[in-house]
Amino acid sequence: MDRPQTTNRRPLSVAHRPSSGYLKAILAIAWKDLAAELRSRELLSAMLVFALLVILIFNFALELDVAARKAVTSGVLWVTFAFAGTLGLNRSMAIEKDRGCLDGLLLAPVDRSAIYFGKMISNLAFMFIVEAIILPAYSVLYTTNLFNPGLIGVILLGSVGYVAVGTLLSSMAVQTRTRDVLLPILLFPVIVPVLVAAVKASSGILQGLALAEIMPQVSLLIVYDVIFIAVSFMVFDYVVEE
Amino acid sequence: MGSQPRALKILNIISAVLLVGAFTMAMWYAPVEKVMGAVQKVFYFHVATAWVGMLGFLAAAVAGIAYLRTHDMKWDIVEVAAVEISLVFFLITIVLGSIWARPIWGTYWTWEPRLTTAAILEMIYIACLLLRQSLDDPDRRARFSAVYTLVGSVSVPITFLSIRFFRTIHPVVIGSGEGTKMGMTPEMMATMFVSIAVFSVIFMTLFWHRIRLGQMAEKVEQARLKAMQ
Amino acid sequence: MIEVKKLVKRFGLKTVLRGLDFQVQEGEFVALLGPNGAGKTTFLRILASLSRPSMGAIRIAGYNLPGQASAVRRRLGVVSHLPLLYGDLTAEENLRFYGRMYDVPGLGARIDEVLEMVGLSARRRDLVRTFSRGMQQRLAIGRAILHDPDVLLFDEPHTGLDQDACDMLDTLLREVAARGRTVVMTSHDLARVEDLASRFDVLSRGVISASESRSGLGGKNLLDFYRKALAG
Repeated sequence: MDRPQTTNRRPLSVAHRPSSGYLKAILAIAWKDLAAELRSRELLSAMLVFALLVILIFNFALELDVAARKAVTSGVLWVTFAFAGTLGLNRSMAIEKDRGCLDGLLLAPVDRSAIYFGKMISNLAFMFIVEAIILPAYSVLYTTNLFNPGLIGVILLGSVGYVAVGTLLSSMAVQTRTRDVLLPILLFPVIVPVLVAAVKASSGILQGLALAEIMPQVSLLIVYDVIFIAVSFMVFDYVVEE
Repeated sequence: MGSQPRALKILNIISAVLLVGAFTMAMWYAPVEKVMGAVQKVFYFHVATAWVGMLGFLAAAVAGIAYLRTHDMKWDIVEVAAVEISLVFFLITIVLGSIWARPIWGTYWTWEPRLTTAAILEMIYIACLLLRQSLDDPDRRARFSAVYTLVGSVSVPITFLSIRFFRTIHPVVIGSGEGTKMGMTPEMMATMFVSIAVFSVIFMTLFWHRIRLGQMAEKVEQARLKAMQ
Repeated sequence: MIEVKKLVKRFGLKTVLRGLDFQVQEGEFVALLGPNGAGKTTFLRILASLSRPSMGAIRIAGYNLPGQASAVRRRLGVVSHLPLLYGDLTAEENLRFYGRMYDVPGLGARIDEVLEMVGLSARRRDLVRTFSRGMQQRLAIGRAILHDPDVLLFDEPHTGLDQDACDMLDTLLREVAARGRTVVMTSHDLARVEDLASRFDVLSRGVISASESRSGLGGKNLLDFYRKALAG
């Protein structure tokens, strides 16, 4: 018998308990997005190409010597992630909206927040994939070593905050007339704390500062992440229900 | 819905009078500040509009939550009114701040925390209004607007803190508010409080007008639908 | 099975449904007719728990909407004119996804069963993107019955299908309905529903203006009944 491929293998007897259904739904949505994307690769290729272009444009727009370049690295990286991120967020929600699939998700007998978490996880995965490719690309193009566990940690934390709010706001934006244009307008003013803290922490790490010195920024990122995951999850119902 | 209720008409007059009064007070009652000179007087209105604008911001967030809980359209009208008026008040704050900054710091703008946060706040307001504009369904518009206002109101304090503590390249300018407050004479304090009170009244008046406008718009819409059927 | 009392739905200032009453017994196949813009889709969306009523009481399979929406959803299968399928996934993967969302036990075997029933076993590993509209609708019905619901809601399922596809769809509809399920189907196409449904309701001006069972119609023309219901 073909068993569903969840990481959460519970025996059939408890298969109908609400909590397992909830987790199953979240993982199902995340898996579905990743599987579909693996086939079409539309979303990822768009995000990647865009990100690389942004980095290239920065090279021409800011003619910097090596020293100055070092100083702007974290800024350039985060701007790249922020812009490429909106592409992913938009696309991910547009898929649901366009074929009416959002209704399909809403018809399922699970709490709406499962949709939020499922989409959040897949959006996060897409961002991580793009970041994982951009970091080496940047390292090579600008001969800087960006393979730093601290840096990767900060990027992870920042991305979580970004995607937490981004998933909520893209669910709203996709239901409006001005869709793609609206998401950056809604998103950027609200994620300023993430950018401020993440850029500062990233710079600090690249300059070789100790963890203790960048703790304040990291704390802010963690606080932001927690607050906004909570707020988004609580408010998501109002955004998808009619 | 006829013409303005009597209370509102009276309020209009009171607001106008108070505004003139506050202006007079700022110009002639409050002493000229030693260090900055006459331009410092801009400060009274600058701070007043900022404070009142912030209250408007809070009002918008609360109205948003109220709508989400009750689904009563009147909260949506209140929320839009608060957002629009706050937007204007903060704009005045920023402009007055620029006027003050030019002779004092030699620049129209500085990336100090409060100013930057005010600018971001304006962006959030504008984003909210753009969001509303791109939605036709009134219920959805009200819901999304409320949600965004809520998200914005949670993020703005965090934004302020993050800029305050982490953007040390552009330090907080001393004398941007705290400094002057320290050296304030009683007359200055009085003028300050009066300004805040006056602008609160003006806010209320404008708020009332805007809500009436919203209600009238709704009535027009209703009549239009009736005519179509 | 379905009980609707005084349902009101407003969109802003516009009232679409005005105190609608509606009742369906278990096993009935109700064709919901009405002109464009009458509110059929709105009504069906409310029954499907996708939209909240402004006022009124709804009970489906013994549970209330919107209070016990989750319990209702478990017993509902919905097919709209949009397929609600993911183009970049295969037929099998689509069913697997929905199976997980509904927490269907014995999913693997159930998927085989459903694919067989809708006649798509041969195309199970093909991307839904490559399916014709008719095939997509059939798969959509498969999706709808995957979790063995008691109640089925169809919103204009024949939209965009050619004659052959429509006939295939009808056969499937009969089969699906034959298993004692309760069905509500909206449609424009009177000729189609005449053979399928056991009861005909007309939604006009925000309420059900007429309702007649097939036996009650007798030899009378469905079209006449419909026209009369709209006029009255």
